[in-house]
Amino acid sequence: MLSLRGLRHRSLLLQTVRNFFFSRDYLEVDTPVRLPVLIPEAAIVPISSEDYFLQTSPELCMKRLLARGAAQLFQICHCFRKGERGRLHQEEFTLLEWYHVGWSYMELMEECEAMLQHVAAHFSQSISLTSPWQRMTVDEAFRRFSGIGAQEAVDRDIFDEILVERVEPELGWTRPVFLYDYPIALTSLARPKPGNPELGERFELYIAGVELANGFSELTDPVVQRDRFIQEIAGMEGRQALPEKFLRSLADLPECAGIALGLDRLLMLLLREQNISAVLPVADSDL
Amino acid sequence: MYSASDLRKGLKVQIDGEPYIIIGFDFSKPGKGQALYRTKMRNMITGNQFTQTYRSNDKFEKPDLEERTMQFLYSQGDEFHFMDTSSYEQIFLTREQLGENISFLMDNMEVQVLFFGDRPIDITLPIFVNLTVTRADPWVKGDTSGTDTKPVTVETGYKLQVPPFVEEGDKIQIDTRSGDYMTRVKE
Repeated sequence: MLSLRGLRHRSLLLQTVRNFFFSRDYLEVDTPVRLPVLIPEAAIVPISSEDYFLQTSPELCMKRLLARGAAQLFQICHCFRKGERGRLHQEEFTLLEWYHVGWSYMELMEECEAMLQHVAAHFSQSISLTSPWQRMTVDEAFRRFSGIGAQEAVDRDIFDEILVERVEPELGWTRPVFLYDYPIALTSLARPKPGNPELGERFELYIAGVELANGFSELTDPVVQRDRFIQEIAGMEGRQALPEKFLRSLADLPECAGIALGLDRLLMLLLREQNISAVLPVADSDL
Repeated sequence: MYSASDLRKGLKVQIDGEPYIIIGFDFSKPGKGQALYRTKMRNMITGNQFTQTYRSNDKFEKPDLEERTMQFLYSQGDEFHFMDTSSYEQIFLTREQLGENISFLMDNMEVQVLFFGDRPIDITLPIFVNLTVTRADPWVKGDTSGTDTKPVTVETGYKLQVPPFVEEGDKIQIDTRSGDYMTRVKE
């Protein structure tokens, strides 16, 4: 549980994040937390709420708004993922998600860097955020830290293990690093890279070994997205319905890029805390 | 059966027919990836340690472990003999199996003996034991070493630091988890 001083830091974090986005003409939105159908993601287990699910991310609703003509949106909201508990995980956590129409993941990386530098300027410096931040393809990182290429790791079904054991611990210590261009099988919601359909335009931000954010050039093709969802559902237990209204709305979704960033983890890094429960106003274990 | 999501520090599982205790545990989940359970295990028989990453669908058997109250009878060479106080069954553990517990083991002491199947593999001592001081140097007044403790030896041969007022023949209470002096016992 946070001390009163910690609560002030958390409030300052929320305030500086909002200031950044308002100064860049973003709209803040607050979409429903309870949804009748979710975006299917094989590795994420939702928590049920009667006939609904608690959101695992606000992506579905925010893209619906983009399809209706909104150009720049951000949201700060609570998300829920069943069974995720650990030093960096809470079943309920706070996500910052934002979208920018007309951009690709490259512009979004730049904005992410600017946003974090704006926020960190309000805190006594605890992490190194010196520009320029490093950018490394996933394949480059895998070869450098494990000797195995990223696609080979996917084919051998050891991608996650290598990432967690060998790659992530090496990332973002001298300065933050963006890993980008993931094997297409790991980019269910991202656009394929033009000229290289084996890769998806997805990136992740790492600071001090901690995965902080995940972004895409968004996939806007309803037909391709449906196929990806069907593949995703094939790897899941039990039946899951497709989000049909969402898929229909993709026809109107302009080219855009979006990113989700874990605000609790960001506060951990800013306050040098080792455990996510230390930066929550009231943690699960306090209830 | 346990599944990987049950894993936590202190849990005991069976792998390849041997009991292991989890001494380190970390949940991790790369973005959009699957949950991974990173564990550090110690073999409860050999003491060997290893680390391994498991996935949600990995399963573990529960080891057949049972604790029985037994009395320490005597030692012969490297064998330490214990008796079940209700069935009078006798077993022994080796000096190596007992490790540091030997420092606090006294004849007739009741301990918990851990069995894996029929095989005794470890003991748990009472948290506090009372032992007699068999050797203590007198406290030298004006000692300038700056310490406020002195070394003594107890009847099992174990050496520890105690306050200056403890003398030879005194009975003292020791915390078997830390091996530290707790208090002097009046009898």
